[in-house]
Amino acid sequence: MRTVDDIVRLIRETSTSLPDDVERALRSAVRREAKGSSAAIVLKTVLDNVKLARNCGLPLCQDTGTLTFFVSSSLRSKVTPERIRKAVAIATEKGLLRKNTIDSVSGKSYDDNCADGAPLVHYVEGGRSVTLVMKGGGSENMSRQYSLPDSAVGAGRDMEGVRKCLLDAVVNAQGYGCAPGVLGVCIGGDRATGFEVAKEQLLRNLGDVAEDAELRKMEKRVLREANSLGIGPMGLGGKTTILGVKIASRPRVPASFFVTVAYMCWALRRRTMEFA
Amino acid sequence: MIELKYPFDENSVRALRAGDAVSITGRIYTGRDKFHKYVADGGKIPVDFRDGALYHCGPVVVGGSGGYKAVAAGPTTSVRENPYEPAFIEQSGVRLIIGKGGMNDATLAAMKRYGCVYVQAVGGAAALGAAAVKKVAGVSMLDEFGAAEAVWHFDVERFTGVVAMDSHGRNLFAEVEEESKKRLAAL
Repeated sequence: MRTVDDIVRLIRETSTSLPDDVERALRSAVRREAKGSSAAIVLKTVLDNVKLARNCGLPLCQDTGTLTFFVSSSLRSKVTPERIRKAVAIATEKGLLRKNTIDSVSGKSYDDNCADGAPLVHYVEGGRSVTLVMKGGGSENMSRQYSLPDSAVGAGRDMEGVRKCLLDAVVNAQGYGCAPGVLGVCIGGDRATGFEVAKEQLLRNLGDVAEDAELRKMEKRVLREANSLGIGPMGLGGKTTILGVKIASRPRVPASFFVTVAYMCWALRRRTMEFA
Repeated sequence: MIELKYPFDENSVRALRAGDAVSITGRIYTGRDKFHKYVADGGKIPVDFRDGALYHCGPVVVGGSGGYKAVAAGPTTSVRENPYEPAFIEQSGVRLIIGKGGMNDATLAAMKRYGCVYVQAVGGAAALGAAAVKKVAGVSMLDEFGAAEAVWHFDVERFTGVVAMDSHGRNLFAEVEEESKKRLAAL
């Protein structure tokens, strides 16, 4: 039962408390926006909401999203899919999670958020920890995958083409994905790997930069350019459209060149719990 | 900040301009994807929206028929309701549509014609949204639509937002989008 309690605690903290790095980024964004502007009002509301949610133990966004657990394989016998489901059902009962899981064929709700394939559990190499990411549907709907060359975007098969795709994704998302958001990006891979790796980039701290010099340069440039587009918080205009760009690459076959963008809203709920 | 109190009469709604910050007090009803499709398919609108407010929201609500409490109630993306909203505005007499992300030209035209505005609530700000809900006065279509899509009857106090589409044909989102495309072309 202790493991189940630990997982419920992880869900509670993830759902109700925004990570420090994201909150800090939002705070510095308020200072950049003009006083009294829609952008400043929206960002202040977001920060008030973050504080209230944390103080009162309430979900900071009602779309508690797709739940993805990354569990160290060394914990495989302790943090089992059954225990995770049990914890998810308890957290749903407590109102920490919305009844948010729908059967895609019948349209019926799985009221405890547990079904075949929900929540998602991945066992990963290294450490003794469990990481939970909660990603809302509004932002997921803004995620995109490009296949280069893409004539609609004017993107060829090179890094300049990649840059055009990333800015296109930002313009396409406008405020719909609850800007200011974060871009997790994968260059290359097959279609499935592209989304997997792009999403994994959202686990990186906002202060983290890519090891590869070329990718690092691209992260910085796209962040700067995206924030010059004037889309702003919730798409009402302003200087803060994106809080971070995190890029990785994977090898590809000669015939395919995918650029995959996982768009994440400001409510970037991710948290890691270490197990002794 | 402009104070709006239910019932929202046509004159005060038509006086609102895109960019105005508003604070809403009184009855509002939630309705999202299943609700809109149901009405479009000829279903009876379960509550009276005349001079009222429709909130695109799928809240987290706890409790049972003895008493409900909203614990998270931020807006959901409105664009999915574009196909249904012009007819709904005409049919229901609704004055405020609250959501996030804005809606299309057909909806803007219906707002102009029938006297309705779109209020942008802050996406994701669910705890603040829930704090403004002073009472869950009831619920309709709970069994049919499920808790996240039911029509909840919220009595709110000082629920805040920004008028993003007004009844004079202005749509802030469209303006921002157009400008961002121009800037992108120049990069």
